[in-house]
Amino acid sequence: MHEMGICQSILDASFEAAEAEGATRIKEIRISVGELTEVVDFALQFAFESLSPGTLAEGGKLVVNRIPAKSRCPSCGTEFEHDRFETTCPECGNPFNENIAGRELLIDSVDVEKDD
Amino acid sequence: MEIDLSKPILDRNERLAEENRRVFDEKGVFVLDLMASPGAGKTSTILATIDALRDRYGIAVIEGDIASKVDAEKISAHGIPAVQINTGGACHLESDMIQRAISALDLDEIDLLIIENVGNLVCPTEFNLGENAKVMILSVPEGHDKPYKYPNIFEISEAVILNKYDTVSVFDFDEDDFRSVVGKLNPRAPIFPISATKGDGVSAWTEWLAGRIDAARASAEEV
Ligand SMILES: Nc1nc2c(ncn2[C@@H]2O[C@H](COP(=O)(O)OP(=O)(O)OP(=O)(O)O)[C@@H](O)[C@H]2O)c(=O)[nH]1
Ligand SMILES: [Mg+2]
Ligand SMILES: [Zn+2]
Repeated sequence: MHEMGICQSILDASFEAAEAEGATRIKEIRISVGELTEVVDFALQFAFESLSPGTLAEGGKLVVNRIPAKSRCPSCGTEFEHDRFETTCPECGNPFNENIAGRELLIDSVDVEKDD
Repeated sequence: MEIDLSKPILDRNERLAEENRRVFDEKGVFVLDLMASPGAGKTSTILATIDALRDRYGIAVIEGDIASKVDAEKISAHGIPAVQINTGGACHLESDMIQRAISALDLDEIDLLIIENVGNLVCPTEFNLGENAKVMILSVPEGHDKPYKYPNIFEISEAVILNKYDTVSVFDFDEDDFRSVVGKLNPRAPIFPISATKGDGVSAWTEWLAGRIDAARASAEEV
């Protein structure tokens, strides 16, 4: 679904960075994806395989770092990792917590090769 | 050689959403992004919302669909400005489409801009448009188990409308289970059971919305 568009955005950002460095090949693109997003690894990899041939990223790898969901309890200050269906504070039982991780959609770095 | 980027993948959409947000703030427009499956009753809910609030606020609507002008024509027939966006296959709206659509509207006359997103429970969730609030509609015939299958949209919505409530007994919709799982995913979100086409329950929803609009105005005046 929307993984195609997301993958194209990843590639566009990677090409821009690689070209700015005069790179000739992208070996690896590292991204972080939060567990609370609706972005599926399989669909992203499929999109990468469809979109990368014929570009600087041909033959390269897309490495996805999954980030667990985490919240902070405003009443007792506890920070805790949680499953998406159980977000209650494990220390004091407060159900209304601030999400602090798990929604990431970040491009972290690009590993490139240059011709000498 | 490793190049450090550390930036949002949807950077361009985020930047354009902020630009839209600035324009809306400057013009004092409250923007609602309404999301739901195809046929859940987005257009019907918008029409009911217009009827309830048109005496209090200047309203306009942006209709997002893959194709056709049907929905925008329904809104225009109600005497409300409507812009149709056809995404040509894309399963959600993005900020640049909104930016183009608002150039066709007189924002000075508008207090409430309602965006009907493309019918989809997944894709619209990752894309900010510059809205004040995202709200979703689930319709009773879709079933009470949808929050288990599509959790993200329930998590990010500020309110959940449960439409076609007139059919609740026909579809054996387990409302207690629905309320319990939505409460786990998003304990702050109010749930509004409504029948958009019959009018039942609509006023609880529109009063909540009016409260949000007035609160946004009050905080803008403080600045
Ligand atoms: N029984 C009943 N039917 C409803 C209700 N709300 C909408 N409908 C019917 O559901 C169908 C779809 O309604 P729309 O408002 O067009 O739904 P939508 O989400 O805008 O649909 P798309 O834009 O095509 O995705 C229509 O036949 C409506 O008459 C309701 O509260 N009760
Ligand atoms: Mg519609
Ligand atoms: Zn706590």
